Amino acid sequence: MADPILQISRLNKSFGPVHVLKDVDLNIYPGEVTALVGDNGAGKSTIVKCIAGINNIDSGEIRFEGRPVTIADPRDATALGIEFVYQDLALADNLDITQNMFLGREISRYRSFLSDGEMERQARATLASLSVRTVSSVRQLVANLSGGQRQTVAIAKAVLWNSKVVFLDEPTAALGVAQTRQVLDLVRRLADQGRGVVLISHNMNDVMEVADRVAALYLGRVAAEVHTKDTTTTQIVELITSGRSGELGLAQTVASESI
Amino acid sequence: MSSTTPETNVEAGALPAAPDGGFALDVEEKSIGDAVRGWVGKLRTGDPGALPSVLGLVVLGIIFSQVSDRFLSALNLGNLPGQGAYIAVIALGLVFVLLLGEIDLSAGTAGGACAAFAAVGVFKGSLDDGLPGFLYWALVIGMVCAIALAVLLKTYAGAAVVAVGLVLILTNLTQHLVPALVAAICIGAAIGIFNGWLVAKVGIPSFVATLALFLAWQGVLQFALSGQPINTSNYDLWRDLTYGTLSVAQSWILTIVLVAGFIGYTVLRSVRSKAAGLAHESLNLVLARGGAVAAVAIVLTYLACRDRGTFAVKQGIPVPAAIAIVLMIACTILLTKTTWGRHLYATGGNAEAARRAGIDVVHMKVTAFAICSAFGALGGVMLASSQSSASLDLGSGNVLLFSVAAAVIGGTSLFGGRGRPRDAILGALVIAIIPNGLLLRPSLGAQWQSVITGVVLLIAAAVDAISRRRAARG
Repeated sequence: MADPILQISRLNKSFGPVHVLKDVDLNIYPGEVTALVGDNGAGKSTIVKCIAGINNIDSGEIRFEGRPVTIADPRDATALGIEFVYQDLALADNLDITQNMFLGREISRYRSFLSDGEMERQARATLASLSVRTVSSVRQLVANLSGGQRQTVAIAKAVLWNSKVVFLDEPTAALGVAQTRQVLDLVRRLADQGRGVVLISHNMNDVMEVADRVAALYLGRVAAEVHTKDTTTTQIVELITSGRSGELGLAQTVASESI
Repeated sequence: MSSTTPETNVEAGALPAAPDGGFALDVEEKSIGDAVRGWVGKLRTGDPGALPSVLGLVVLGIIFSQVSDRFLSALNLGNLPGQGAYIAVIALGLVFVLLLGEIDLSAGTAGGACAAFAAVGVFKGSLDDGLPGFLYWALVIGMVCAIALAVLLKTYAGAAVVAVGLVLILTNLTQHLVPALVAAICIGAAIGIFNGWLVAKVGIPSFVATLALFLAWQGVLQFALSGQPINTSNYDLWRDLTYGTLSVAQSWILTIVLVAGFIGYTVLRSVRSKAAGLAHESLNLVLARGGAVAAVAIVLTYLACRDRGTFAVKQGIPVPAAIAIVLMIACTILLTKTTWGRHLYATGGNAEAARRAGIDVVHMKVTAFAICSAFGALGGVMLASSQSSASLDLGSGNVLLFSVAAAVIGGTSLFGGRGRPRDAILGALVIAIIPNGLLLRPSLGAQWQSVITGVVLLIAAAVDAISRRRAARG
């Protein structure tokens, strides 16, 4: 098996007296979808924010492609090739698809004049490479797109840049059946193109369908990191709700002490 | 910025080959029919664009041509730009701030104060002697602070502009008219940087921060003038900002350069995009639109170049119209063709998205407020020109509110993210045409002016609200 592209070890994070993340270990492998699951307040978002550089970590190590790295700022993460698709998508409704995909990183000539044509071409090439057929024009305003199309644009934005790891926060939460289908296919395609994909989700069907591994968080600890094909939905739900499931998960003492 | 970011996957060739299929709409030509359909579609989905303000102009024009047959005379219409230019200029600046969903209520009085500084500088020969002692030093220290703030907030262009103003003041070049007017605009930029800092960094809602300063600058203006209005009509250049005209030759050169530039740019864009396989407008559409623009511009220039004077010869494009149009084009290029403009729209549309995309939102706000106040200063200068004096209430009263109304009537949204420089010009025309038309029939009285302006603004705001609702409904 390939080495993990992103390795997080013994990560700790407190907000004041609240110890949110306790010695979290997490490995993200290239070409695989890793699902990050856990109940509300288990620390999923905090992990993401620590890796994104929005929150600083208290202790622990982040290794990217084997090298230890410090991520103090969202730009550090971007520079490494880690992209995030947040639940609220962070798209500007008054701009079109191309403009959103290049937001903050526009291609320009003479230092500050926009090269709209070049950006349009690359946006189209990126969407095409993802086999996106739901978007008819890259010059549409994002305000006029459906939920699934917006999710597609947000994901394509992550793919446009030379991303090696993509974090997706609840990408299917607000979508209908057909659109969920399209987005899950897209998630799978991201991994098949060699990226490390982290899928944060509450939906066990999605997780079982698209993820290669599952990391279950329980009260700030990683209860278990398992292969999807070796587990069942029931086991994962048990890991989420009580931190252990049969042989899997935290030791009895640790699981109960956490409460 | 692009130099520091990694290359895209497309540039790196890292993406797998695209399967066929995809974006039929994109590579299609946009024909005249498509353009009309697209325009109708935008109307229906809640983006009325310039239509309400143009319709308003036509309706008001028809009404006033019934009120008085002098309304459509060349002399009267030729005076219109001078009556509305200061509103247009202040509104142009306001568009930048309104695009962020903020407002600057102080632009009018700040502009008045800036114009008063310029007037004192040229009239009394020296700002140091002409201003009350404490005010001169407050001005100098204030500008030094503004430079420091601008550097702190990474707004280096703003710092440079303010520094130019500071040099002009300290070297007393402000005794000459042109440097004094430049200094006024630089002082405006300094005021804007301060506004931006209060809003973006200190976190005071812009409505409150600029309301407070709206009051404060009125007092500063009266301090600066020491209670004595200064006549500005003795300075030819200053008077000409409102009452001057370009010569016939200059008028035609301006028109030809602008129209040829517009047609040349759009044709080139169409041809290049077609060659590159991008979405583009068909040549027919470009030429039809360019032809329409050229026809209107040529007819207007021809009319402007006929003698419309009653006592002396008066012909040519009014200087205030030329100033407003050139500024509008400059602002349009800044907003639509530069990364800064793109970031401004993004910040106004979704500040959080902009922040996550690595855009320095504080910097965007500070620069937008600086531009707004600089335009406010120019507007104050033009207002002094049209009143022939730097009066004690320069820029106060309704000036700012009319400018906000102009931007909104033109189609700029108060909620941010939507608006164009063109809006400010069209809206200012609507605002200016109302008193112009009413004053031709003195029996109608000035009280109608406020009522009609209010109703027009209300209609414009209603169009904005209804179109937003339709847009939200999809």
